[in-house]
Amino acid sequence: MIEQNLSLLLVVIPLLAAPVTAMLPAGRLPWLLTLIVSWTCLVIAGWQLSVVIDGSVISYELGGWAPPWGIEYRIDAMNAFVALILSGIAAITLPYALRTVEKDIPRHQTSLFYAVFLLCLVGLLGIAQTGDVFNLFVFLEISSLSSYVLIAMGEQRRALTSAFQYLIMGTIGATFLLIGIGLVYAETGTLNMVDLNLRLQPILDHRTVHTGFAFIVVGIALKLALFPLHLWLPNAYKYAPSVVSVFLAATATKVAVYIMLRMVFGVFSNDFVRITPTDQMFLLLGIFGVILASVTAIYQTDVKRLLAYSSVAQVSYMVLGMGLASVLGITATLVHVFNHALIKGALFMACGALVYRVGSSQFENLNGLGRQMPWTFSAIFIAGLSLIGIPGTAGFISKWYFMLAALEQQSWLIALVILLGSLLAVVYMWKIVEVMFLRPASDNVASVKEAPVSLLIPMWVLVIANIYFGFYTELTVNVADSAARLLGVAAYHE
Amino acid sequence: MSDQQLLLLAVLLPFIGAIGIMLCGRWPNLREVVTLTTAATVCAVVITIYSRFNNGALLAVDIAEPLPGLSIRFEVESLGILFALVASSLWLITSIYAIGYMRGHHELNQTRFYALFAVAIGTTLGVAFAGNLLTLFLCYEILTISTYPLVAHAGTDEARRGARTYVGILLTTSIVLLLLAILITYTVAGSLDFREGGILAGKLDPAWAGLLYALFIFGIGKAAVMPFHRWLPAAMVAPTPVSALLHAVAVVKAGVFAVLKVTIYIFGTDFITSSGANDWLIWFAGGTILLASAVAMTKDNLKLRLAYSTISQLSYVVLGALLATNMGLLGGALHISMHAFAKITLFFAAGAILVAANKSDVSDMGGLGRAMPITFGAFLIGSLSIIGLPPFGGMWSKWYLGMGTVETGQWLLLSVLLASSLLNIAYLLPVPVRGFFGKSRDGTSYAQIQEAPLSCLLAMVITSLACLLLFFYPDPFYELALKAAGGK
Repeated sequence: MIEQNLSLLLVVIPLLAAPVTAMLPAGRLPWLLTLIVSWTCLVIAGWQLSVVIDGSVISYELGGWAPPWGIEYRIDAMNAFVALILSGIAAITLPYALRTVEKDIPRHQTSLFYAVFLLCLVGLLGIAQTGDVFNLFVFLEISSLSSYVLIAMGEQRRALTSAFQYLIMGTIGATFLLIGIGLVYAETGTLNMVDLNLRLQPILDHRTVHTGFAFIVVGIALKLALFPLHLWLPNAYKYAPSVVSVFLAATATKVAVYIMLRMVFGVFSNDFVRITPTDQMFLLLGIFGVILASVTAIYQTDVKRLLAYSSVAQVSYMVLGMGLASVLGITATLVHVFNHALIKGALFMACGALVYRVGSSQFENLNGLGRQMPWTFSAIFIAGLSLIGIPGTAGFISKWYFMLAALEQQSWLIALVILLGSLLAVVYMWKIVEVMFLRPASDNVASVKEAPVSLLIPMWVLVIANIYFGFYTELTVNVADSAARLLGVAAYHE
Repeated sequence: MSDQQLLLLAVLLPFIGAIGIMLCGRWPNLREVVTLTTAATVCAVVITIYSRFNNGALLAVDIAEPLPGLSIRFEVESLGILFALVASSLWLITSIYAIGYMRGHHELNQTRFYALFAVAIGTTLGVAFAGNLLTLFLCYEILTISTYPLVAHAGTDEARRGARTYVGILLTTSIVLLLLAILITYTVAGSLDFREGGILAGKLDPAWAGLLYALFIFGIGKAAVMPFHRWLPAAMVAPTPVSALLHAVAVVKAGVFAVLKVTIYIFGTDFITSSGANDWLIWFAGGTILLASAVAMTKDNLKLRLAYSTISQLSYVVLGALLATNMGLLGGALHISMHAFAKITLFFAAGAILVAANKSDVSDMGGLGRAMPITFGAFLIGSLSIIGLPPFGGMWSKWYLGMGTVETGQWLLLSVLLASSLLNIAYLLPVPVRGFFGKSRDGTSYAQIQEAPLSCLLAMVITSLACLLLFFYPDPFYELALKAAGGK
């Protein structure tokens, strides 16, 4: 009974819990409920993945309306994988949330905060679960609207302008996506992804289809913070409450990557990518994104903004993987979606711990802090190594697959860009390391203590996961590989 | 204990020791006991592995398989056990030395120092026992990172700059060149295993072999082949025990060791000679030998002079690999051990002079030898071994390297080797000569200066005796090197 409804429960449970949370009295109770819900979601997502990991597909008909007329939740390895990442990050973020939210959010707003957090989770999970493009748009709006609210709850007043900037850009993106979906619907008369894919194949050369595709890609690229549409992201991550930065950095752009993969390769097709200049466009934007965003990261004077630009660069890697348009390329992208969630989750948690103790993430306030907060510093260090792609960490596995995918097609330029990207990552991560570890401590730092244990434990769970998934990759690589194959991507051959 | 457990123990024990050192940080005496015990145990374990290996046991263990078909694997073979013997025995001696040095020099953060030192040795043993290229790369990178805080130990601006150069060059070469080379190897050969005769022959277009080989030689930045050598002088800002063990033995030898491994087990000597992959690369090694020696002569700072000497000596090993003949490989592999014992003696002496007399410039050391006869005596022995004079171990490796050049008819390279020996004399011998027979610059007497702490002297005496012993009894290292080189 439960197993048949797993896919729906994953969305319905947090959706129902959200209004309940909003009505609970302020304090720890809303947090507790959110925690329980997110852990339940994690269990369900794990269960769901174990069902589809062998390559089978769950098709759930909402309200008993058969697809393609009704809304279908269609779960294959890729959906389940993304859902697992989302609920996993939510589950690990919430223990971290308790102390930081008490500090960042006024007490009377905590119930609302957790309610909005749950809504954001609903939106993201819904995107991962649904097999219907319009339903996907609705969930995208749920998650976007709630993330505007979450960002606006930041302590400084600049959070409001950052959220507003994000709101404008996000809305433009959503509008583009909706226009694109409308055009495709006008051509085919269906909204179901599988059905769309079938009906689009004979008419792939229609102008309307091309226009719709362009609108869809640009719309998603805005949510993805794909270079050069990334300008909303650094401020949004910087001024958001710490826990929101952690959650969004580890999930929001990853879900956008998923949408891009699903729409481009699942709804349109690998052939469409090849006959149009889509793959070259992805490669071009990816190359510029990796290099320019990494260089920009080097010149930041604030850790959060530095990490945000690094996120833009990392997303560009994933776009490179899509541009390679092969099984290896997509596998690399999906593996990196998972690994980057671990890396950036850990880094933003550590950054949040610094803000928790020092009240700022500006470099000038962090001098010598590594000696006062050795555990937080070590977490930044190890997660940084993973970001660079040092062997023995999860980041190395991603880099390995990106490189293999590039070398398979003899794209030496792409291979060099990937290596250059990790060199630039060395530069900007080492900037943090030198400030925190080698500079003499400034006065404001002398009395600072290590972050509380409730912040350290989730942070270190992610750090250890970074190392674990650098050695044991059955979960990441196998699932990503079978997901890439299910997406209908062909292996590369000359 | 089973063979697998023993091998794992050798690699893991230093890490366990590091944790023990961290826990005992508050009690310096107990901490030093932990260091010495760990070092002695590791040394014993490596010797046990050596004896079992000699009895024909196959020691191998797989830890994980992070990439399909590519595992993290440790396996003992003759070249690896040679390197492990050198590294672990010298760790023990350096630990004795470090206690006297660190206390005599009043260094800060000693707990961190000893713990990271142990980690560095653990990863060095990982490099030595690496069963495939992926494992070697893993340990190689961790070695770079774990030694970074050791180089930056002093925390001054100079140390920070030095450490930045250090990590910058080593990470850049390994990420851009070495990783690329590994990936190309994997794409072409479908494997990264170390196999007799190599894995690339017949799979890689011989026209590309030279380029790939160059990616490896320069990508292994720790081998310090010019123009990627700047990190080694930069690393000299570290405390002397670090320069002694890591930047004369463990780290740099990990580099040339990797070069030998790649030459023998990835390319295979036959493939190198048939494809001509070594044709032009060999001149980089020859050039480094001469240029670095020439630079060493211009350096007045003793540690810097020794650093450039190390760069030059490392290229002897690289040259041995690039000759790709039995004699060359034999000489190269032997040089790993011979140079290690000699160069560590020199660094020990340099550190002892720094602790006892607070002097680091050669021009300042006139007459100092009469106040510190043991230190300068040890320096003399180390120098003679580096130059390659009998009765010291350094002679053997130079002998076989010379034979290698003769064997291939590379007369020009032979003259490079001979010229370099002359240069060695020119930059090393002035130090003891000035020490024993010179006068101090400003005429002060050294009556108040005494020899370095006892533990420093002890370490120096042991290593200089080892240089002597290795002339008469090089057999263990010789046999291992011979087996690795594929000779009978």
